[in-house]
Amino acid sequence: MASTQTSGAQTPVTAEVSAQPSAIAGLDSLELGPARPSAEPGRLARKAWQATWPKLLAIAIVLGAWELFYLSNFHGDSAIGLVKGPGTGLANLWDQMQHAQLWQAIGTTVQTAVAGYLLAMIIGSIIGAIVSRIPPLRAATGSIISGLQTMPSIAWFPFAIILFGLNTSAILFVMVLGAAPSIANGLITGVDYTPPLLLRAGRTMGLSGIALYRHLILPASLPAYVAGLKQGWAFAWRSLMAGELLVIIIGHLSLGILLNNAQDNQDLTSAISIMIVILVIGIVVDAIFSKTDRTVRRRRGLLTDAQSI
Amino acid sequence: MSVIQRRGAPPENSPGASALSDGHLPAGSGDAAIRIADVTKVYGRGPGAVHAIDRLSLTVGCGEFVCLVGASGCGKSTLLSIVAGLDTPTAGQVDTAGRRVAIMFQEPALFPWLTARRNVELALRARRVPKQERTRRALELLETVHLGDFADKRPHELSGGMRQRVAMARALAQDADVLLMDEPFGALDAMTRDLLHDEIERICSERALSVLFVTHNVREAARLGDRVVVLSSRPGRVIEEYDVPRTGPRRIDSASVAELAGRVTDRLREEMRRHG
Repeated sequence: MASTQTSGAQTPVTAEVSAQPSAIAGLDSLELGPARPSAEPGRLARKAWQATWPKLLAIAIVLGAWELFYLSNFHGDSAIGLVKGPGTGLANLWDQMQHAQLWQAIGTTVQTAVAGYLLAMIIGSIIGAIVSRIPPLRAATGSIISGLQTMPSIAWFPFAIILFGLNTSAILFVMVLGAAPSIANGLITGVDYTPPLLLRAGRTMGLSGIALYRHLILPASLPAYVAGLKQGWAFAWRSLMAGELLVIIIGHLSLGILLNNAQDNQDLTSAISIMIVILVIGIVVDAIFSKTDRTVRRRRGLLTDAQSI
Repeated sequence: MSVIQRRGAPPENSPGASALSDGHLPAGSGDAAIRIADVTKVYGRGPGAVHAIDRLSLTVGCGEFVCLVGASGCGKSTLLSIVAGLDTPTAGQVDTAGRRVAIMFQEPALFPWLTARRNVELALRARRVPKQERTRRALELLETVHLGDFADKRPHELSGGMRQRVAMARALAQDADVLLMDEPFGALDAMTRDLLHDEIERICSERALSVLFVTHNVREAARLGDRVVVLSSRPGRVIEEYDVPRTGPRRIDSASVAELAGRVTDRLREEMRRHG
């Protein structure tokens, strides 16, 4: 947006441009630090490798432990024939991926996850915004919100099932109860910790009311809010898995149901395959949140280069 | 709401108006930018109350650069907050006759999520400058403080002195007639400070700004001020004023600056001795 207009703006002040170096003279210029190394050849590949090898190593460790567990015959005779090695296990996962059933289950679960999380995000953000605006409410509800966070979400299920019956509403209800407090808390913390100096600066500039919120308080609380969203996702995902195992809906295919079926059929290998799917979805979403979190913090200079790999 | 305006009551309504120690401008003179009359600020009440400022009177003329020096705890920052409208006096009036007031702090107080240009644009936006004009004006202001090449950097990518320059551009964007500065260069090294002294002197005279500049650095005050006002320790009040004759360009190491700084320092020492 700026680049096209820059040249026009510079014409009347050409005389001053010659004085430009003075802006960065003084001991002060030492603070500027070296310019970021630009795209030199091989740098991108090195960066990609640096980001990948820990993950490859992690997968190798898990597969190795699985193989060792299988070879050690630690499980004894009772479960013999049930425990398979990683080769068989991954083959089972590959096999399941060829069938529509698994994808249908993933679809249902992800759909519920998105719906529940969005609901929690809306409700949590509204509660957070209201509570942070009204100090007496803030004092009163602060402990309720943190109290709710310590409550294991699975303990809400009997309540939710009695209230809603065995259906998706019960699962959504518990997801919201699990995730919304974290999201609200993130927003409240962010608003609470808006630097007072920035508030003074904003007020002298003439920002007030909604403009003060939009241009100062909300952007200032973004890092804490993103942290709250990330924590909220973790709670929502756990609540969803607990819910799908507890709230069995007839004719409804979800990852929880598949896991339950594996349990009923004593099919340990299938159970592991489903668990891997659940783990991968969790990791992928978490990675998206971590990336957002890092981007937000790097843009504000809250992250050193070493941390930002 | 967007512009801080302070209008004082007519002088005859102010209690103890006769104590006005304003010898610089004739009474009723129209060219005062800031008129501080008998301002008192007390924090708390009862026996534990702290008198930060006691019946302080001071006038800053239009286009005048007034430096306030004093030991820490003389209520300098409190006074600026009151003039800026961020704080209210316990008694007395501050009158800026409807002029726009901008304030700069020791910290640049830039918004870390915005680039230098956007920081300046936000101040323009708060003044309801039309959108198409904001970018051009912001870049012009950044050129004024010699940061045209750094418009798209975020505050954490700039040095301390450059951040303070952006803060200066942002203050100018408020199109103020009155600039209040609360030790703006206190956190900078001596060389950078020197450069910024030249800069602030040039900008203030170009734009005919009326300035109230708080510092604990006596030399800085002697270097920049048209007038140096010495405040007493808590409670703060004016104990001495020094006019600085405009004889020509000054530097921080000019003989005249050193001489004035010496006199001001002696006066401050005397004041500190009296307070123990």
